[in-house]
Amino acid sequence: MTRVTGVVVAHGDLARALVRAVERIAGVGDALVPVSNTSCTPETLEQRILDAVGEGPAIVFTDMASGSCAFACRRALFRRGGVAVVTGVSLPMLLDFLFHRDMQVEALADRVAGKARDATVVHRGADGRAS
Amino acid sequence: MGLELIRVDDRLLHGQVVVGWGQRLDLRWYLVADDELAESEWEQQLYRDALPPGTEAEFVGVEAASDRVPRLSERPEAGALLTRGTGAMRRLAEAGVLEDRRVDVGCVGAGSGRKQLLAYVHLSPDEAEDLRRIRSLGAEVVARDVPSARPVSLDVLLERLNDD
Repeated sequence: MTRVTGVVVAHGDLARALVRAVERIAGVGDALVPVSNTSCTPETLEQRILDAVGEGPAIVFTDMASGSCAFACRRALFRRGGVAVVTGVSLPMLLDFLFHRDMQVEALADRVAGKARDATVVHRGADGRAS
Repeated sequence: MGLELIRVDDRLLHGQVVVGWGQRLDLRWYLVADDELAESEWEQQLYRDALPPGTEAEFVGVEAASDRVPRLSERPEAGALLTRGTGAMRRLAEAGVLEDRRVDVGCVGAGSGRKQLLAYVHLSPDEAEDLRRIRSLGAEVVARDVPSARPVSLDVLLERLNDD
């Protein structure tokens, strides 16, 4: 079975930092490709994304839903089947992706988005205030 | 209220605009002057999908935008006028609707024939000429990416363009 490619597209150095952190935590390398928007025009960013995604099934993780990275992902991949764009990238999301790359793209995208939501928790102290 | 921001930005509706400026100025509407986008419904939808609730975006050709600008100041809520490049902004200036306004140059990325003048501004000589023309038609032209940044005058940009 073809494994799903993971691409992280984010502002500045964020994608590289996230990918490095995931690799250090999980001990798995070469599963995620970081893409930065630094020094890019919208056109060059879209080309970087397409190059990173390649031909097979892929999930593109990006940071802000309203950001230029997310827009470039959605525009570049609008007519490309077998690719999902997931915004709000986080470590829990990427770690879960890493160990489920044999799933179908759509199901996997829903799964990792749910994992990220579940991982967002407000911890309060004993008095009910934020600790 | 009304037209609070006029900006050249090759990314149009992105984080710096929608979050940075949008939060600071409480922008509720965006008018994008772009001949290509005005004809592309699916791209318009991509932009609209990413807008915060309570905000709206309209995409019109440059000529239609120039007809609209004089009335934008009458709108009760704050908004912004955006173009992707200097050429479209120059056309608006030449239509006579930017006099006594300030035009911000935001993100203009690296590209063929362009020189990096600031971290976020890259211009070709032709684009610099567009900005000179906009200023000659009565608009102040500065570079500024986010509201907290100090505006950089067009003269500084032109000096850097001409430096070897």
